[in-house]
Formats: sequence, C-alpha cells, structure tokens
Amino acid sequence: MKHLLSIADISRFDAIKILDTAEELAKVSDTPMKKLPTLRGRTIVNLFAEDSTRTRISFETAAKRLSADVINFSSKGSSLSKGESLKDTAQTLQAMGADAVIIRHGASGAPARLADCQWMSGAVINAGDGTHEHPSQALLDAFTIRRHLGQGREDLTGLRVGIVGDVLHSRVARSNVLLLTKLGAHVTLIAPPTLLPVGVESWPVSVSYDFDSVLESLDVVMMLRVQLERMQELFFPNAREYSRYFGLNSARLQTLHPDAIVMHPGPMNRGLEITADSADSARSVILEQVSNGVSVRMAILYLLLAGDTSIETGN
Amino acid sequence: MTQVSENILLKSGTLADGSVKDVLIADGVIHSVGDSLNPGDARIVSAEGHIVLSGLVDLHTHVREPGREDSETVLSGSQAGVKGGYVALSAMANTSPVADTAGVVEQVYRLGKEAGLLDVFPIGAVTQGIEGKVLAEIGAMADSLAHVRVFSDDGNCVSDPLVMRRALEYVKKFNGVIAQHAQEPALTVGSQMNEGIVSATLGLKGWPAVAEEAIIARDVLLAEHVGARLHICHLTTAGGVEIIRWAKARGISVTAEVTPHHLLLTDELARSYDPIFKVNPPLRTERDVMALRQGLADGTIDIVATDHAPHPGESKECEWQEAAFGMLGLEHALSIVSQTMVETGLLDWAGVQDRMSTAPAKIAGYSEHGRELAVGAPAHLTVINPKAPYRVDRDSLASKSRNTPFHGMEFTAQVVATLFHGRIVFGKDRFQ
Repeated sequence: MKHLLSIADISRFDAIKILDTAEELAKVSDTPMKKLPTLRGRTIVNLFAEDSTRTRISFETAAKRLSADVINFSSKGSSLSKGESLKDTAQTLQAMGADAVIIRHGASGAPARLADCQWMSGAVINAGDGTHEHPSQALLDAFTIRRHLGQGREDLTGLRVGIVGDVLHSRVARSNVLLLTKLGAHVTLIAPPTLLPVGVESWPVSVSYDFDSVLESLDVVMMLRVQLERMQELFFPNAREYSRYFGLNSARLQTLHPDAIVMHPGPMNRGLEITADSADSARSVILEQVSNGVSVRMAILYLLLAGDTSIETGN
Repeated sequence: MTQVSENILLKSGTLADGSVKDVLIADGVIHSVGDSLNPGDARIVSAEGHIVLSGLVDLHTHVREPGREDSETVLSGSQAGVKGGYVALSAMANTSPVADTAGVVEQVYRLGKEAGLLDVFPIGAVTQGIEGKVLAEIGAMADSLAHVRVFSDDGNCVSDPLVMRRALEYVKKFNGVIAQHAQEPALTVGSQMNEGIVSATLGLKGWPAVAEEAIIARDVLLAEHVGARLHICHLTTAGGVEIIRWAKARGISVTAEVTPHHLLLTDELARSYDPIFKVNPPLRTERDVMALRQGLADGTIDIVATDHAPHPGESKECEWQEAAFGMLGLEHALSIVSQTMVETGLLDWAGVQDRMSTAPAKIAGYSEHGRELAVGAPAHLTVINPKAPYRVDRDSLASKSRNTPFHGMEFTAQVVATLFHGRIVFGKDRFQ
C-alpha cells in the first residue's frame, strides 16, 4: 500500500490490519511518554486546501507521536490562496523532500491526481476530497464501532448501521458505506430522496426515507452534518422540517436499542441534525471518535511509511 | 484557392459504393471517373486497397482564433483537419471576441483562406456574446463575405424558449439553421460528468441526461411550430436519439450530430479523475453509446461532427472540477468512425461518406462539398487505408494542443491523403 486514496482500494484484510494496528498504537497514547521513534527523520506535509480543524490536528498529532517532522500548509496565507495550481504545489513539496502528503481538498479526486500524475513521489493520504471520500474518518468510525459493539470479533459482521442525512454531499458516507459493508455490517442510508445520489441503487446498502421506521433496528446511528446552504439549493424546505424528519432528538434516542451508539463525524450543527441532549447523551461516542482518530491515523502513517509492505491493495 | 495543382490519376481506389475505379484529377476538379483511365500528363498514384471518399466536412470545430491562439489557430486547426481527412471545417462562434458580427466571421473566413489547406466556414453566434438574451447580427453575418448559414451559441444553450423561437424563425429568411447545444442550464449548475452510478461513487456533480433531452424535446416542437430547421449538436443520450427519431417520423425538419468520442468512450473513464475525459456534454453510459451507434446507422443521427476542442496543458493538468471541458477530435474522427461503425458492420463506406461528407455539407449548405466524386466537381477527396493499424500519440499531433483522450489507443483505419481542389494538402507514404 503506497497511498490511501479510497476505501475501495483496500481489502478487508488491510482494513482489519489498520484497526488492529490502531489498537496497539492506542496503548502508546495511554503512556506518559506518548511517543514512538518510528518515523524519526521523515517529513510529512499537511496540505489543507480546505478549512479543517479536527482532521488536521488529528493527523498532526498522530505524525508527531510517531516522531515525524510535520509541516502544515493551509489554504489561508499560502500559495494555494494565490492561485497556485495543485501541480506546482505538489512539485514544490517534492522538491522539499516530503515523504508523505496528507491532503484535504475541495475537489473530488484531487488526492488521486496527486498520486497518479507523477508530480511527486511521496505517499498521498486522502484526508477528505470534495464529496468523494474521507477514508481515515471511516476507519476511525469502524474502529469506534468495533470497540463498542464488536464483542471481540475482528470485523463488524451482523451489525446494523444507519447513516442519516446529506449522503449526496458526504465524503464520510461514501467511505463508510465502502468500509462498513466490507467489514460485514449492514448499512441503511436514511435521507430525504433529494439528498441521496442518483445511482445509489448500485451501492451495497438499503435505503430508507423514514428514519422512525428503521430506528429500532439500528445498532449504530451515524448522523451526518447538514449544511444550511442546502436549503437555498432546494434540497429540503427548511431547517425545522429537516429536523422533524431526519434529526436525532431525545424522543428518537429513547426508541433506540439499549446498546445502540450515536456517532457524528463533526463538526455538528446542534439543533439541526442532532439535538444537544442527543449529542451529549451517554449513548454518544462522538468524543471517542475524536480520540480514536489519532490512533487510527497513527496506524495509517505507520503502515504506509514505516516500511511494512505486507499490506497489499487492489490499487 | 488559386494555387495551381498538378494533375493526378488516383489509380484503382475503392469508391464509397465499393467499385474499384480510377479518378483523374485535372485543374483541381474531378475530370473523370472510370476504368483504366488514360493518365495523359497526370502523375499516377496507386490507391489500390484504399478507400476514396468525397472529402470530409466537419460541422463543429473550435479553432479558438481569435482569442485563444495558445490552444489552436485557424492554421493549426486546418493542419489538424487535413490530417484527419477534412476539407471543410465549421468554426464555432465561442471565440474571443465572439463571432457575433460580420467583422469577426469575415476575419475567421479570411484566416481560413490564408491558411489555404481547406475551407473554414464560420458559424455565427445566435445571440450577442452567446449570452442567450439578444439576437446577434444574424442577417449581417449571412450577407457577409463569410456567407454564414449555421448559427450556434455552442458552449452555451439558447435556453430561453422565446429567444430560441425567434432565432429559428429569423434564419428562415435565408434557409439558415440553428445548431443547438442542448443543455438546460438550471439542471446543470456546476455539473462535472454524467449523472449516474459513476458520478455517485466519485462524488462529482452530475449532468443528467434529462437536461439534454428536455431541450431537444422543446426545440423540435418549436421547430415544428414555426416550420424552421433545427440542428442538434453533439447528441449523447439514448433518450435524445428516441426524441429525434420521433421528431423525424413526425416530419419535423431536424438534424442531429454525434461526436467520435461519444461513439467510443463512456463515463467509466472518469474513475481515473483524469480530466482528459472531461467534456461537455459528458461521456455517457455504454447503453447510450450503443444507442448513438444505432441511431447513426439508421440515419436518425445524420452526421458525425468532431466538437474538436483544443485546450492548453494547464487546463487539463489539474483537479477534475477545475479543468476545462473538451477534447480533440479532428485527427482521429475517421479512425474512430471506422472502428465503431464500419468494423462493427453498422455502416459501410457509403454510409461513412454520407455521415461525414455529403450530409454535413447539405445541412450547412456548403455547395462545393460532399458531391460524391461527381465529374466537374472540385476534387475534394479523402483517401483512407482501412488496414493500417497505428497507435495514437499525443506528442505527434498537428493540433497545437495535446488534449486527446485517445492517447495510446490503437485504431485500424487511417487517413493517408487529403486532396483539396485537387491538391494533396496532406499525404503519407506514396501520397507525399
């Protein structure tokens, strides 16, 4: 595995290896020293052409815990905001000797372009591209689900996961559909028809327009962020109606299976897709997702950069 | 063209109807067609095993001049054209400035004459600045030296139904035709590729088939209502073929074109995120490709037109959504039509001559073109070796640009010579 661009490129075996490695590395975070020398002397660039706080900090923390040198390169105040092309940026990073580039970009496929175009030779890690994928988020979500509901299994066989909200524009949803189904979970997408892509019928999932009718059957409720701008684009009439049909509130929380967990990739729109009491309830594992993110991203960097070539990919 | 051409006897070429004949070209016109013709003082060139067709006519070319001479000029576009077997190009109006006045169309026409390799017929804009609001000086362009008969806002759709109606009516005055780029803008804001299974996976904004079909349906009805001629540019969907078929059966005066790339490529290619495959209208599905081939075979689709759209490297060496729409077409169109239509048995060479020479010339009113090797007609000929496999190399194109999606592909038939007014304006091997 040279790059991490899409969950479609990694096998079930790879995915489990990443999760298992993350479990091992999580132990490091529990020690007072919190640092491994594995990537000492390696340079990792955080290339964030789109605003992000948690993903950038999470990758940065992960890289530093593995002793890599981290350079942050964000859109604001950099050459990216001066109209420099992706090609020129990549070639500049290459000239500076970056071993890996973690890229967040507004354009779907930008990481694939970086990896395929021979503009640079380092590893490319997709940290979210447009409305395409967010593989590390899906891996940390799978890690979190496995910890809570895996009952010692290596995968997620038999678990029922509902992904609720703006699937059409969600890179988190795309990566999770690929990964969770690869790991044996049954995924149901729950959204108004306007927020599901044409072509969703080819995905290995069930689709429901009625949150309440599937609520009781779910082990995991994964809420997606809904941007208010979507209202102007006529995807739903208004925020109140959206919340009424697709928001997670205390009444729906009560209906859930006793062991079910509530997830959200953040940042949340409290009051729109999730009420404050749902987000802060005992079922919510939202903050755990954040801390697990560091372990999972350490595992990704470790497996991509520490010379372990035993992970094979279809790419 | 006033240059004097040598007299040539094209010996034993296979004509569109399958017959093997000699073609004697003298003083730039076809002097005679027959068996064992006496060459007189003509140079004898063997065309044995080669197909000799009436020269190809493209109804949809972006030569980019004036304005974007970094990507193509009338001269380089002409060179690419003759290499692809073309003897006439139709220069689309979306230049900078837009070809919406007699001045601009005459400039393009004059540049074509100066290049002298083939005929460059300017297409005039339908509306000022191709903005879809106010009619351009259609009459002045029609009466100009360029004698414009085809009008198009290509690149943009004439989306306002009233503007479209008026344009269709107005060009009836001189038997003109409106060539519509069928794309409902409200359904395609920010669209990147065909909307379907592939776009859903890639997270690229979809360009739904209905955005094309809705405009085609509206415009055939408008054309029927006002009794005008309508031409649909670059048809891409199975549904669009059905609508055109229905309209023709109803007697509506509509013609339609398909591009080489839509006959060959599908939206699966977008999975690479390589914007070399980004084009407007977008590549569709396998089902659409098959419907387009069938439509071209049965005559529902009248012609092949290239939509040759050159772009500089930086417009394609970037993220998909930042990249320009469009791909090159002139140099490989004939090879692709051979592969998709002739080698599949859907069309014979007579059919190719009709779809790529006779019919486009007729639609556009290019009276000196598409005349099926008639004695006395200008000697505009395309000579094809149907069994000369080659691999496309983007570094050896005649075009100024390199944005061909066919790089690395292998085709079997290739153009080996193009004759314009009896002059070999492009020739390989013994045709040099």
